[in-house]
Amino acid sequence: MKYFDHAASTPPHPEVIRTVTEVMQSHYGNPSSLHAAGEAGMKLVQRAREVSAAALGVLPGEVVFTSGATESNNLAVKGAAFQYMKRGKHLITTMVEHPSVYEAFRQLEQLGFEVTYLPVRSGGSVDPQDVIKAVRKDTILASIMHVNNETGSIQPVEEIGRQLKQIHPRVLFHVDGVQGFGKLPLNLKDCGIDLYSLSAHKIRGPKGTGLLYVRSGVKLLPLLSGGGQEGGVRSGTENVPALVGMAKALRLAKEQQEDLGGRLRLIRQRILEGLADLPDLVLNSPQDGAPHIVHFSFPGMKPEVVLHCLEEHGMEVSTKSACSSKTTEPSRVLLAMGKANEIAASGIRISLGNEHTTEDADFLIQAVRSVVKRLVGLKGGL
Amino acid sequence: MNCQLLMLRLGEITLKGRNRARFEKAVLSHVKSVLEAFPKARITKDYGRIYIELCGEPAGELIPPLKKVFGITAIVPVAAAPSELEAIQQAALDFIGSLSLEKETAFKVNSRRVWKEFPYSSQEMNKLVSSPLLQQFSALKVDVNHPELELRVEVRQERTLLYSLIIPGAGGFPLGTNGKAMLLLSGGIDSPVAGWSAMRRGLEIECVHFHSYPFTSRKAEEKVIELAKVLSGYSGTIKLHLVPFTDIQTAFTGVGQDNLIITFMRRAMLRIATRLAEASGALAIVTGESLGQVASQTLPSMNVIGRATELPLLRPLVMMDKDDIISLSQQIGTYELSILPYEDCCTLFIPKSPSTNPNLRIVQKVEQHVERLDEMIELAVQNTVTLNLTPHAQIRYEEEGGPEEASELPRHDLELPLDGQAIREDWF
Repeated sequence: MKYFDHAASTPPHPEVIRTVTEVMQSHYGNPSSLHAAGEAGMKLVQRAREVSAAALGVLPGEVVFTSGATESNNLAVKGAAFQYMKRGKHLITTMVEHPSVYEAFRQLEQLGFEVTYLPVRSGGSVDPQDVIKAVRKDTILASIMHVNNETGSIQPVEEIGRQLKQIHPRVLFHVDGVQGFGKLPLNLKDCGIDLYSLSAHKIRGPKGTGLLYVRSGVKLLPLLSGGGQEGGVRSGTENVPALVGMAKALRLAKEQQEDLGGRLRLIRQRILEGLADLPDLVLNSPQDGAPHIVHFSFPGMKPEVVLHCLEEHGMEVSTKSACSSKTTEPSRVLLAMGKANEIAASGIRISLGNEHTTEDADFLIQAVRSVVKRLVGLKGGL
Repeated sequence: MNCQLLMLRLGEITLKGRNRARFEKAVLSHVKSVLEAFPKARITKDYGRIYIELCGEPAGELIPPLKKVFGITAIVPVAAAPSELEAIQQAALDFIGSLSLEKETAFKVNSRRVWKEFPYSSQEMNKLVSSPLLQQFSALKVDVNHPELELRVEVRQERTLLYSLIIPGAGGFPLGTNGKAMLLLSGGIDSPVAGWSAMRRGLEIECVHFHSYPFTSRKAEEKVIELAKVLSGYSGTIKLHLVPFTDIQTAFTGVGQDNLIITFMRRAMLRIATRLAEASGALAIVTGESLGQVASQTLPSMNVIGRATELPLLRPLVMMDKDDIISLSQQIGTYELSILPYEDCCTLFIPKSPSTNPNLRIVQKVEQHVERLDEMIELAVQNTVTLNLTPHAQIRYEEEGGPEEASELPRHDLELPLDGQAIREDWF
């Protein structure tokens, strides 16, 4: 079986597996305990924080460890909203965010906040000018993802951050970096990013860990109260082995970003070209999208059917994003890009990772072509 | 800026008469040790100045460590040109060009003809250098009284130096030129600042820390190690004596004079520090005391406590306000460590109402009745562990590290490790 669902989760790096195993075996002490075992745990957490910070180009004190991107995004959005609600209750985001951002904003709306959901252009990206124009006197936070998890569209977060900080320096800027890190370069300090979410398992790290960069000086209302870990912002006993594993995954992803991005871009281009002449497919990813995501629709065909046919050919792909693939609703992201209902309800996502080769791309292209050929006559009949 | 060399200005040491050579030598050797990481850079010395020819080394990376060298009052990035009019004019154009000025800038040229054979006087040079600049750069506007940008042109026989930016240095006296002292290092905010102030005044410092394991945690001890490492950034290396204080401290809790316990402890610390000072050839004890800050730092307390040693007690912070001490500790990089919450031995066993006015005779009398006090002090001195610390050396907890790691640490460092809790760098 060939796995083409790296945007959902990646195979952990062997080095990460070794690290997690070894740390799990030898360091079971609670980092908050005062004995030697606890202290060693604390040291590991500290070192993991230093290594993670270095990979992001930020200070160790600016890294808050979490249980993953959903928590990071919730903490960033709600934590900032609650902390700064005295400044105002207006928030800005886009119509194409990941559910862990989007639903957090929906929840805040129910709690009396006002949210502006910015539209996107046909390629899936927001216009930086729209962000600036949406800012009001009572705006406290803008949250915009780096790379869209469904289509791979890249948001101009650098430009948005710089303009935002120049014109409205008091508005906090959160970037969901989950799909961008390790694929595209991004300098957090250069472009006015105050909050930045990451997940370890998207970059060959362990599941159940992530982090939130919180620029020094920014305060967040904790969502989890308790023993005061992570500087009080995120209580809960640290998942020591996974944090050490994440630090390694972050370091490797950072070191290999250029190489990986370059290789995937070529494979992606090959796939795009290989499918370009199929009139029944609609490509949803922009040409200049992220190097690891190809998203297309097969209008009129249930995406689950396509998925299962491809599975028969030995490949695993995704319908919509993995988190919401069990629903049959049309994709909110695709609708926001102006796609018709039919297209928005029939999306297939192919996402690439380190182990893929051009042969894999050719294999995939052949499989998709034959599946389309087989299904095209059945369109509407299913 | 197109900087080819760094000029280091030496401060008050240039006022010293016959000792000047010794002071300059000390600062020179400190600078040399900083430059070990920058092999291409070369040093030359002049009266009251040191020049570092960068030869391609990045000025931006050299300046931060040089800012920690005591005895240097200013670090000046300099562009050099041959001492010929056209070359100087061209260098001035390049210099201002590299600043890429955008908004209007009040400016003046300040020339100094050190080499009197040079055909143009300082006054003439000001004009000769500034007129092409004014022609070329429209943002420049002459203002001789309040210039925002002062281009200094120093014409010397060998070459002409051009500079404008003057970065303040650490000041003070070169390292160790005023002798050696022991620093009582607690882990709080004050004592590291006191140590830095003493080092800045040319004292070589050895740190003394008292720990009361199991009443204090290992973390408190590690915090002190980290603090000492920060201080070693100003001296290259620093010694830290870790004194086991548990027995003495518990002995004092048994005498029934709870309000005097801090007084007893501080006196015992001074006696131990005095013994360590004798062994190291140190001639003073430096503390972070600040008048009136806590019960043991009232004048009567200082009097009674201070009598426990015959060595001079140096208290660099004695007349400073806490806010000023805090801002210094932020500047020297110890604040964030100091505020970590681990308790040191002074914050344990704190009586409800510690005496602010202890009576010397009572104190002495009680001490005489503490059994085996002298013996315990002797034992504490004997069981003191000494670490040699450098800014970046990791205290490794691995059992037998590679040879290069082993040489980084004195053998007794390895007594600190957490048994079986090795942390391996290849996990990260």
